[in-house]
Amino acid sequence: MKGYRKYFGKKIVWFLLTLFIAFILNFVLPRMMPADPVANIMSKTARGISDTATTKAMYDNYVKVFGLDKPEIEQFFTYLKNAARGDFGLSFSQYPRKVNDIISNAILWTLGLQLPAIIVGWLIGNILGALAAYIKKGFDKLLMPLSLFLSCVPAFGMAVIMLGIFATKLNIAPTAGGYGYDLIPNFSWTFIKSVIAHYQLPFWSIVIISIGGQAIGMRSMSIYELNADYVKYSRYLGVKDSKIVGYVFRNAMLPQVTGLALSLGTMVGGALVAEIIFSYPGLGTTLLSAVTSSDYPVLSATTLIITLMVLIASFTIDIIYGFIDPRVKAAQFD
Amino acid sequence: MKNTIRQVFHSPKFVVGFSIFVLVLLSLFIYPLFVPGNPLQMVGLSSFSEPGTYVSVYDAIDSEPDIMKLPEADAKRLADKLNEEDRAAMKEWLLLIGIPEADIDTTDTKSLLKLWEEKYDPSLKPAGMTMAKRNYYKRLNTNLEQALNASEVVIATENAETGALEEAKVVTDTDYINTKDVINSITLPLGTDNFGRDTLKELVSAAKTSIMIGLIAGSIATFIGLSTGLLAGYIGGWVDELILFITNLFTVIPGFIILILVSYGIGQENRGATTCAIVIGFTSWTWTTRSVRSQVISLRNRDHVNLSKLSGHSLLRIILNDILPYIASYVVMALILQISTAILAEAQLSMLGLGPKTTEIPTLGLMMNWAMLYSAHTHGYWWAYFPVLLIIALISFSLNLMNTGLDQVFNPTLRD
Repeated sequence: MKGYRKYFGKKIVWFLLTLFIAFILNFVLPRMMPADPVANIMSKTARGISDTATTKAMYDNYVKVFGLDKPEIEQFFTYLKNAARGDFGLSFSQYPRKVNDIISNAILWTLGLQLPAIIVGWLIGNILGALAAYIKKGFDKLLMPLSLFLSCVPAFGMAVIMLGIFATKLNIAPTAGGYGYDLIPNFSWTFIKSVIAHYQLPFWSIVIISIGGQAIGMRSMSIYELNADYVKYSRYLGVKDSKIVGYVFRNAMLPQVTGLALSLGTMVGGALVAEIIFSYPGLGTTLLSAVTSSDYPVLSATTLIITLMVLIASFTIDIIYGFIDPRVKAAQFD
Repeated sequence: MKNTIRQVFHSPKFVVGFSIFVLVLLSLFIYPLFVPGNPLQMVGLSSFSEPGTYVSVYDAIDSEPDIMKLPEADAKRLADKLNEEDRAAMKEWLLLIGIPEADIDTTDTKSLLKLWEEKYDPSLKPAGMTMAKRNYYKRLNTNLEQALNASEVVIATENAETGALEEAKVVTDTDYINTKDVINSITLPLGTDNFGRDTLKELVSAAKTSIMIGLIAGSIATFIGLSTGLLAGYIGGWVDELILFITNLFTVIPGFIILILVSYGIGQENRGATTCAIVIGFTSWTWTTRSVRSQVISLRNRDHVNLSKLSGHSLLRIILNDILPYIASYVVMALILQISTAILAEAQLSMLGLGPKTTEIPTLGLMMNWAMLYSAHTHGYWWAYFPVLLIIALISFSLNLMNTGLDQVFNPTLRD
């Protein structure tokens, strides 16, 4: 167990470090924007007020409320302190609404959509890839080009096509939103049914997209392993085929686990844009509205949450990997 | 070198991918030669016109008609006149006056009309029917009668002085004109977009810009990845540690998020296509660094490199002569993949409203963005978004296919 502690300790330090740097980037980059965010709110709230003194007072008030009058470094530490407590301040575009208010629901929708979709897509992709490598012949000939093509369609593209076919043309799925527009979120049967109906298209479009890439990766890993020396050696020894296949797929699976951790960021990014197509009430849609209304408190909170989610997911995968890869275990006991 | 290229072109996957890519590229350059003009010119004043050939009705009146009698012309005209709503209304009337539902088939225009002709009586007042509804049926009936006993249509011009209408031309139902005789006509193979622009012309120009963005971003990413990978792998020590640290950092922090933040920070006004390409290039080099680094590490202690070192060759010379040729295939593969990811990245950014400035040139992502903003997808205007997606997928597919082909040539273990 001591060896594991070292491994996990290293991973935790790495996790905290990346989080901190991601946090700095999150704070600095949006603030480089040339446009004045306060002027943006003023254009909405101060419409029709012609008195310069009043507008000046309003402007100063907003600057004070958002803490923009303090030096950048002080703003940073205030932000850090508040963010650690889970408080992301006030929204610019929907002032005086709190950022937490806006994104807290979105987080649940996004998690509920993307986590199952990516896991299901990863599983199906791996199974298909392994089958393609093992069966070869017709299945492989058909599956390979198809997966390659699927992995080239961007996630939002699949979303648009699914929407065009199932919602617009066939009319068997709702076109937008996370639940019926005439419903108020509650725990009634109608609401849950509506959520499930709205869930199908976004879910399957993300799944289908993830299948392609994973299948290709798993197939080439499996082919590589099937040609490895230990497989030939086992064959010469007369080990049963099913047993060899078990070894092969276990070995081919390991890089796929790391691969998932590495491609998670890309997958989440694609899925966020797919959310926009369905006007799904998740973080992707929040991101879009934050961009269009140049609301950087919401924008940086959203990107920070997404980064945090991806970091936690990769961290979890790293931990799982530590348990399932015998090489990690061996290395720790040296 | 010559041998390698020959070997590469023996890989069927590479050849297929390469041909698709070259074909796409060729058509992008040839199409504007045949259909010149500004791709952003707004031809249509209404948005989302369907694909097809549009001839000027005004000019068509002046053209000399030929007399033709097409079979089924009347039936088609009638079927066209009767929309779903009218059919349903006719059924409603027939039901009201006591015709059994089984006898009414709204999909069969002929039998429906026959039944209607027999049973409809304008003087009848079914119970519970409002005046407005009865008038609606009267109008419907007149329309149908007109369509049945095709009468002539008179085109009149207004006399400038008296304001009276004067007969200019009589059009009968057997008049046909050749579309070539109409002076003003336009063929829109993919209709128009929300601004009334020719979608195909725009698409060709957009695809060209997107490929350019891909090339710029891909070259930048490959260049950064190659140089950092070479430095980290060959020099090692703290340089390696530092580069590896930064690389790992940006592999874990989603590149897409950094891209969003940087693009947002730059601001809408400063984002041209080239700026976008540069930003994408600067945020997507980590993969190349990783793979180049691991390749170089395995090469670093080979005999020929050591020999070069002992002969006192400079660092630059060793890298150029003894290391680069061995990793060239990886670099080319990385470049190809970078180009395809960059094209996708641009599209995704534009979908978020963080793409290039919208006024100057179209890109594939911007076209998607516009189509979505004007909800082409929920209205079924497939021509505004489907061809764009197809081009994105086709370019990306061909590049990936080339990459897989190269991979199989240079990694014999992957061959089937």
